[in-house]
Amino acid sequence: MAFEDGTDPRIPKIASAIRVIPNFPKPGIMFQDITTLLLDTQAFKDTIDLFVERYKGKDISVVAGVEARGFIFGPPIALAIGAKFVPMRKPKKLPGEVISEEYSLEYGTDKIEMHVGAVQPGERALVIDDLIATGGTLCAAIRLLERVGVKVVECACVIELAELKGREKLGETPLFVLVSST
Amino acid sequence: MFAAENGLKGDPRLEAISAAIRVVPNFPKKGIMFQDITTLLLDYKAFKHTIDIFVDRYKDMHVSVVAGVEARGFMFGPSIALALGAKFVPLRKPGKLPGNVISKSYDLEYGHDCLEMHVDAVKAGERVIVIDDLVATGGTLSAAISLLESVEAEVVECACVIGLPEVKGQHMLKGKPLYVLVEPSGLDDHLC
Repeated sequence: MAFEDGTDPRIPKIASAIRVIPNFPKPGIMFQDITTLLLDTQAFKDTIDLFVERYKGKDISVVAGVEARGFIFGPPIALAIGAKFVPMRKPKKLPGEVISEEYSLEYGTDKIEMHVGAVQPGERALVIDDLIATGGTLCAAIRLLERVGVKVVECACVIELAELKGREKLGETPLFVLVSST
Repeated sequence: MFAAENGLKGDPRLEAISAAIRVVPNFPKKGIMFQDITTLLLDYKAFKHTIDIFVDRYKDMHVSVVAGVEARGFMFGPSIALALGAKFVPLRKPGKLPGNVISKSYDLEYGHDCLEMHVDAVKAGERVIVIDDLVATGGTLSAAISLLESVEAEVVECACVIGLPEVKGQHMLKGKPLYVLVEPSGLDDHLC
């Protein structure tokens, strides 16, 4: 069951538009499927509006979205607040010169990459993904932006898997989510 | 067909969009002049123009679904869908979508790849636009059209920001109209 954040009346419909798929990608995992949210035009609009209302007028010039579901939520938010959209991608997808940040997985490591020159020192950024689990990916995204002198104002996700305590892993960086799921 | 030949001749927005696209030579392999749209996404005005042009074109066409091809189609599709009041349906590489899917494989220059869609995402009779950043041979878009037609959706048009020379002069792809904003940028065209 999902717990709603705050009393905004749009949240329950957003939460109920998310489909849970058991045992994907492997047994024991209850996968939070946001594709059904994208099919509910009012709920998807409300999702974007909730983020835009929070971040508009806060002098944020960069919305960084983590591949691939961050690419679905990030650009509409960027357009609405007048910011750049910067994709943070798996290795070897970005064609230009990149900087990389490695992070731990349950078994082994992975990397995310960003184009050199996409952001400038002193810019204020949001990092967007559909969901925060352990926080490993978001942490890597924050480190990557901070390495080039960008201030990450907040991480924003539609869903938080609260049990996995990803919020703690982000340290000083605040986390804003719409739906907290257990 | 290109936007300039279809009502937008001389539109300064098209020039701004074209100038914002960066060319990266020899990516992913030697000889390919890669059209990099990430620089378009850094140019807020040009990115907004891109979305506005597509929205203006489709807003009176009773489109209820925008289908976007992973991953760069995800960067354009949802904004268009939101403005049209349409659903956004991601078309993904194999194994990514968690629910029941239908798949279509298609040829690459070497080997083949596969595109998947959730079976319950689109209903029969829905009017759909397919979005991707770029069309080259049309293989991926053709696979997308097949997936949508297999659930009896009506593909109204395929829409891309960039169209490679292979598609110039082609108005149709697998019998469906193709709409493209700009031709590929050259090495010296990008304004930094």
